[in-house]
Amino acid sequence: MRSNKIRKTPVLGAALLLASLGLAACGDAGSSSSEDAPDVEVAEDAAAEFEDGTKMKELAESGEITIGVKYDQPGIGFKSATADMPEGFDPEMGKILAASLGIAAEDITWKETISDNREPFLQEGEVDLVLASYSITDERRAIVGQAGPYYVTGQQLLVAADSDIETLDDVKGTEVCSVTGSTSLENIEKEGATPRGFDTYSECVDQVANGTVDAMTTDGAILLGYAAEDPDNLKVVVEPFSEERYGVGYSKDAPEMCQWINDTIEASYEDGTWEDAFAATLGEAGVDAPEQPELDPCEA
Amino acid sequence: MEPVFADFDLYLSAFWLTIQLFFWSALASLAFGTLLGALRVGPVAVMRRTAGTYVTVVRNTPLLIVFIFIFVVAPSLQWFVGTPFLVKGVIALSLYTSAFVCESVRSGINAVPLGQAEAARAIGMTFGDSMRHVILPQSFRAVVPPLASVLIALLKNTSVAAAFGLLEATARMRGFTNANADVRPEIFLLFALGYIVLVEILSAGAWTLERRWKVASR
Amino acid sequence: MTSILFDAPGPKTRGRHRLYTLATVVMLLALAGLLVARLVEFDQFAYAKWEPFLTPSYIEAILVDGLLETLKMASLAIVFAVVFGLVFGVGKMSEHRWLRWPSWLIVEFFRAVPVLLLMIFIYFAYGVGDGFGSFWAVVFALTLYNGSVLAEVFRAGVNAVPPGQAEAAYAIGMRKTQVMTIVLLPQAVKIMLPALISQLVVALKDTSLGAYVVAPGLTFVGGSIQDEFRESRLQTWTVVAVIYIGVNLLLTALATWLQHRLVGEKSPLDTTAIPGMQSTNTGGGAGGGIV
Repeated sequence: MRSNKIRKTPVLGAALLLASLGLAACGDAGSSSSEDAPDVEVAEDAAAEFEDGTKMKELAESGEITIGVKYDQPGIGFKSATADMPEGFDPEMGKILAASLGIAAEDITWKETISDNREPFLQEGEVDLVLASYSITDERRAIVGQAGPYYVTGQQLLVAADSDIETLDDVKGTEVCSVTGSTSLENIEKEGATPRGFDTYSECVDQVANGTVDAMTTDGAILLGYAAEDPDNLKVVVEPFSEERYGVGYSKDAPEMCQWINDTIEASYEDGTWEDAFAATLGEAGVDAPEQPELDPCEA
Repeated sequence: MEPVFADFDLYLSAFWLTIQLFFWSALASLAFGTLLGALRVGPVAVMRRTAGTYVTVVRNTPLLIVFIFIFVVAPSLQWFVGTPFLVKGVIALSLYTSAFVCESVRSGINAVPLGQAEAARAIGMTFGDSMRHVILPQSFRAVVPPLASVLIALLKNTSVAAAFGLLEATARMRGFTNANADVRPEIFLLFALGYIVLVEILSAGAWTLERRWKVASR
Repeated sequence: MTSILFDAPGPKTRGRHRLYTLATVVMLLALAGLLVARLVEFDQFAYAKWEPFLTPSYIEAILVDGLLETLKMASLAIVFAVVFGLVFGVGKMSEHRWLRWPSWLIVEFFRAVPVLLLMIFIYFAYGVGDGFGSFWAVVFALTLYNGSVLAEVFRAGVNAVPPGQAEAAYAIGMRKTQVMTIVLLPQAVKIMLPALISQLVVALKDTSLGAYVVAPGLTFVGGSIQDEFRESRLQTWTVVAVIYIGVNLLLTALATWLQHRLVGEKSPLDTTAIPGMQSTNTGGGAGGGIV
């Protein structure tokens, strides 16, 4: 009665498929775009520049730093399954910060963060810095430090090219996709739309493209990147209805980092590395270079 | 705890969606699973094998992957594009759960003493008649405990819908804990409690049913 | 078994069966045709869409970062779950109420809570920061859940050992602990081995949920490939699904082989009666119910 025949066929099939995969392993997918990432000049003898007892001194002397970034936001922070390093504007800014401590890009340990583990990561010291489309908010500043902003964007909507949605009022009663548990999803729920949470942004883009949902919402920078990939079918609408100011997260235990982060960002504004980083990442994805945002002063 | 109690209606509506997902999926998988079970013990070899292959494939696929196929892969072939999310969730859960219902039904049929089938055959009943009048009514009783397990698993499995556009209990918990990291354990326990209550209701129902049918059969 | 439920078909019935067979085959072919037509219409056979899965670096990512991690998480979870199940399964059988009652409560709690909810909580409460990271969050969540199921399996396994064994052991003067550890458990474990492997299939499938808490594994790698190659969604998940199914079938075959090897033809343990066993997110169902 045990259906031996039934069982064996798929086993054999699976084995064959695996074998054929191995034999025919000759494809060449995935172009490495990291070549055009700008080179960042690494400061020499950086440790001497910082006072004893500061976190910066500690990092510069150890020659290592751990930075939390997103792995699933093309243009901002993205890592291919086969790449060693993430790419995007956030990792580029991370490299600039690390370079000022004399740490080369290859000595940075990258950690993937998702929206709801960024504060715990900083609080528990799992990462030294967070650059992960990390909007500065009062709630967050109550528990972690946030310096910057180094980029300002706002929540917008990505819709199909022929969509009727033109204003924020139009989302009432529609289905809008974003990432589960994100603030964007909560905001759009308050506007009267039915929130549809998915695991990644790219799944949401597809849901918009094939007409399953009416719109997708998150920060404009992310949406513009996707619209630039497929301008015939997708467009970004609605003026930003929130202001998302991306900051660099650091632990409250090391408040001295704020001034160093601000100084480094300021320097990158002046020597053009900020623009290079932008042009090589979000700029490539079709996002216009914004004004250099004014930095919040650090509390004494 | 305050944030949850302030938004207690959201907590309730999240569990309401969990219950809806469970209820419709339970109905659909009981129907489809029983059909599969009947095919699996039936006389037609091709049908047996089709049902068997279906069960084998589905049982060895993670539920999350089934969801991905319904919600992410199928729409790229323009399937299920206009389908409401709840319906898609029910389809994914039912496709998966049916395989387990099928196995429970089959084991229930196997639990009916051989003499019963032989006797039915001896008085000239056809396969359909003996199934309808002799085997299935008796196997229902044997099927209650394993089916209850399958349904309890289904209830818990509705949580997988969290990442597929359905704001059920687990998705809502993520939203709550994201906004109120300081009371994370409390929020977790509150949501766990919701699931436990539902599971206990199901178990109690199954137990009552089992009791009653046992008595009635004597 | 088939011969018990129905008579050997006569000529008329055989004709009818042939009709059913034909109808089924036609239906299956129609479904397959429909699928292929769709796939062609949306150009899903294009080489470019399959190319990542023929590229060595991606195959390596799928096998090493994906499959290997998945197997590691699943096997660690099962090893720990066996310990957990042993402790609490024996605890539930204890004669002392203070031991039996908490064991029962713990097992019931972890069986009633969705493993995904458990995983998310463990990850955020203990996994981040100085915690143990997402890999171990998945392992521990699966340990607690599968351990609770196995606790029941152990209890049923011990109860399945013929009572004469324990009686004989007491008769020659063994103490309670000795009876359990020397006589009952070794026999029970043998009876339960196939069920254990089946539970491994369950754990293996549930590791896919780890993708929610950025744990490595097949589903996670699949997710990052689909983010990079948005056109290759169907291909990505087909490949991932085939690997999961293939590995699980191998495990199931191993369970069946072990069952024959260790227990013989006799059906080892009727796990269908154990709540949560078949159920679960279940792969194997149990030794008895393996497809």
